[in-house]
Amino acid sequence: MSLHLSYRAEPENPWFSWQYVRDNSDTILTALREHASLTARAVLIAAVVALPLAVAAYWFRSLAGPILALTGVLYTIPSLALFAFLAPYLGIGVLTVLSVVVLYALLVIVRNAVAGLNQVPPEVREAAEGMGYGRWGRLFRIELPLALPGILTGLRLATVSTVALVTVGVVVGRGGLGQLIFAGFQNNFYKAQIMTGTLLCVLLALVLDLVLAGVGRLLTPWLRGRVS
Amino acid sequence: MNAIEQAVRWLNDPLNWTNPGGILDRLGEHLSMSAAAVLLGCLVAWPLGLWLGHTGRGGGGVLLISNVSLAIPTLALLTILPLTFLGFGRPSVVVALAVFAVPPLLANAYTGVRQADPEARDAARGMGLSGGQLLRRVELPLAVPYLAAGFRTAAVQVVATAALASFVNGGGLGQIIRAGFGLDIAAGGGQIIAGGVLVAGLAVLVELLLALVERVATPRPLRRARGGGDRRAADAVTGGG
Repeated sequence: MSLHLSYRAEPENPWFSWQYVRDNSDTILTALREHASLTARAVLIAAVVALPLAVAAYWFRSLAGPILALTGVLYTIPSLALFAFLAPYLGIGVLTVLSVVVLYALLVIVRNAVAGLNQVPPEVREAAEGMGYGRWGRLFRIELPLALPGILTGLRLATVSTVALVTVGVVVGRGGLGQLIFAGFQNNFYKAQIMTGTLLCVLLALVLDLVLAGVGRLLTPWLRGRVS
Repeated sequence: MNAIEQAVRWLNDPLNWTNPGGILDRLGEHLSMSAAAVLLGCLVAWPLGLWLGHTGRGGGGVLLISNVSLAIPTLALLTILPLTFLGFGRPSVVVALAVFAVPPLLANAYTGVRQADPEARDAARGMGLSGGQLLRRVELPLAVPYLAAGFRTAAVQVVATAALASFVNGGGLGQIIRAGFGLDIAAGGGQIIAGGVLVAGLAVLVELLLALVERVATPRPLRRARGGGDRRAADAVTGGG
């Protein structure tokens, strides 16, 4: 392979290079920004759609089976296949990437939110009923707050896996940092570019996860000190 | 002619199946690299998971590995590994896929041994079994349903992820989708959808087949105790990111 030869001929090709980061800070920042904005939009949209679905599955037992089964089947579909199904209709671009990652994030959030809601102790539910709470009051004042740990777990898992999944978007040219990694691979196997993209990806996932963990701590003061 | 009609027509062309680089070739590549990756993952993760579960140490580490692996993009490993000592070609792709098979295998092997009834363990100790015998004759058989569940999760994930090997020209069914994207979307739309159907169909087929294997591997008395899905310790991992 001729590509292989050119890689061999390259005298210096380090994995880490500040020179590269300095010279290409614009490109890197653009990719990072696109990646972060795609992730944030995807998780927000997914959460807005997923929570009503989870509540529906919780309220109406007959809906729980179909909703969970559907999310289970969708979860088995490989990401590249999902891109393949959507791209001919949504076009080559950001809409396709967003739709695919929203679908996966949706599944994770729905499953964890349903699990969280189902964890609410029946005694608590009955006590709330006895105190005169209606269906909606109970949901917003009692059940959703108690399900928060499950919901937040879902949000965190969805966020971290979305950051990784966005890179597959290179197939339609909108992979955020994946674009950087892929271009690095194609441009004479530029190691510094591949490594920078990868590290930023992992770092972005880590930072977003920590932010959500912090938000979770603030929202559930009653759990502090109990969880290790 | 819409894209779905194109896809049906593409799939109905026998040459697309039998040509060099056609569906049958790609399917063979896909299955062989997935099998190698799952095998490699099992060789690494099962002994480690069983041993950690037996000693009861490293639970935090197992969890950490599952969480960290979520954040690593498949694309990154697929592009980095060929530039290391592994070199270009099949080995680096197989190792990259195996990395994503390890967390579910490891977590389930660990959980499988940890959940073994403490009374059974005590009884075995009382009968004079050594640590190794205990692991082999008591904990391992009791962990089999968990090992099967982990195997299913890992295998499905590897089959799904193997589609991404096409990004580095690693072969597999994903190559058909990539080739379709290489054409114009109007011309390649049918091929893209056809490739998607093949990739998704294979993943669903493997899932169903291994669900059956999992059921057979689970001894009858253990089947009713917990529903199939509950046993997957690492169920929340991503669908081939």
